[in-house]
Amino acid sequence: MRNSLRSSTDEGFVPPDAGDFILPPIFGDSILTTKPVILVFFSVFLVSTLFIASSRKASIIPSKLQFAGETVYGFIRNEIGQDVIGSEFRRFVPFLFTIFTFILTNNLFGIIPFIQFPTMSRIGFPVAITLFVYFTYHFVAIRKHGLLKYLKDMCFMPGIPKFMYLIQAPLEFATYFLIRPLTLAMRLFGNMFAGHLLLILFTLGGEYLLHNDNFILQLFSVFSFAFSIVFTFFEFFVQCLQAYIFTLLSALYIAGALADEH
Amino acid sequence: MTGTLGIVGFGLSTIGPGIAIGLIFAAYINGVARQPEARSILQPLAFLGFALAEALAILGLVLAFVLK
Repeated sequence: MRNSLRSSTDEGFVPPDAGDFILPPIFGDSILTTKPVILVFFSVFLVSTLFIASSRKASIIPSKLQFAGETVYGFIRNEIGQDVIGSEFRRFVPFLFTIFTFILTNNLFGIIPFIQFPTMSRIGFPVAITLFVYFTYHFVAIRKHGLLKYLKDMCFMPGIPKFMYLIQAPLEFATYFLIRPLTLAMRLFGNMFAGHLLLILFTLGGEYLLHNDNFILQLFSVFSFAFSIVFTFFEFFVQCLQAYIFTLLSALYIAGALADEH
Repeated sequence: MTGTLGIVGFGLSTIGPGIAIGLIFAAYINGVARQPEARSILQPLAFLGFALAEALAILGLVLAFVLK
């Protein structure tokens, strides 16, 4: 493991790579004390405390905290739950709400000063959340339609020529069982990974230029640092968007599982 | 000059999604401009299309780091 965060000026500029995401344990040598794991526990604590506090002592004239909590909840409930899933949306709202707030908090860790590590840039975390979604939408569909009818509806779309099923059935099957979970996890991971890499690159580039002997190069480090600030704001946008997209796609998959015809 | 061809592959893999995302949002803007009240229906659709197109570029990025 080489870590470009520590090696700089001696042998030229070392660009950041995947090794920068493998962090050593903060204390002890257990895998449970690395920064991402601690951040996950912290996010669970943060989200639950915040929303318990905002829903406790709920009144008709809401306090500021209650209003903030209800705005987020209302957004998930109406814009994602009701609009996408339809009449049976109510029992999936807690699931979608948990996914959204959990991913959003963990993503935002990427730009919060002194934390600055998006948990979802380690592939294990998106995979775990994706597994929840994956089993949920298959379970919902099998319970509603039965296994055979579910597979039949999935693979054999009505109204296309018979011989086309040779191509279409395997493709649909792969979409439901392979491509959907793969892209769902990869999208979140890839966005967070790439975004964090970008920020490291501009900050390290600025630091390298600043430590250079050449005065003109030192001046140019200002641009590198400025870009790292600009991209921090861009990252904020991407992080919110990815949390929204992950929740939206989960709701769409559940809606597809509940629909009478695929 | 040293490096991996994987990064070049990632560059190539962004061309398709780049064009696709442009087309998707162009269609979304057109739709909302013609019928502003359809915005709430079109928005999830636009972001869904965006997410699906973007997945290809993300796969390229991941493969660029995996296949060294």
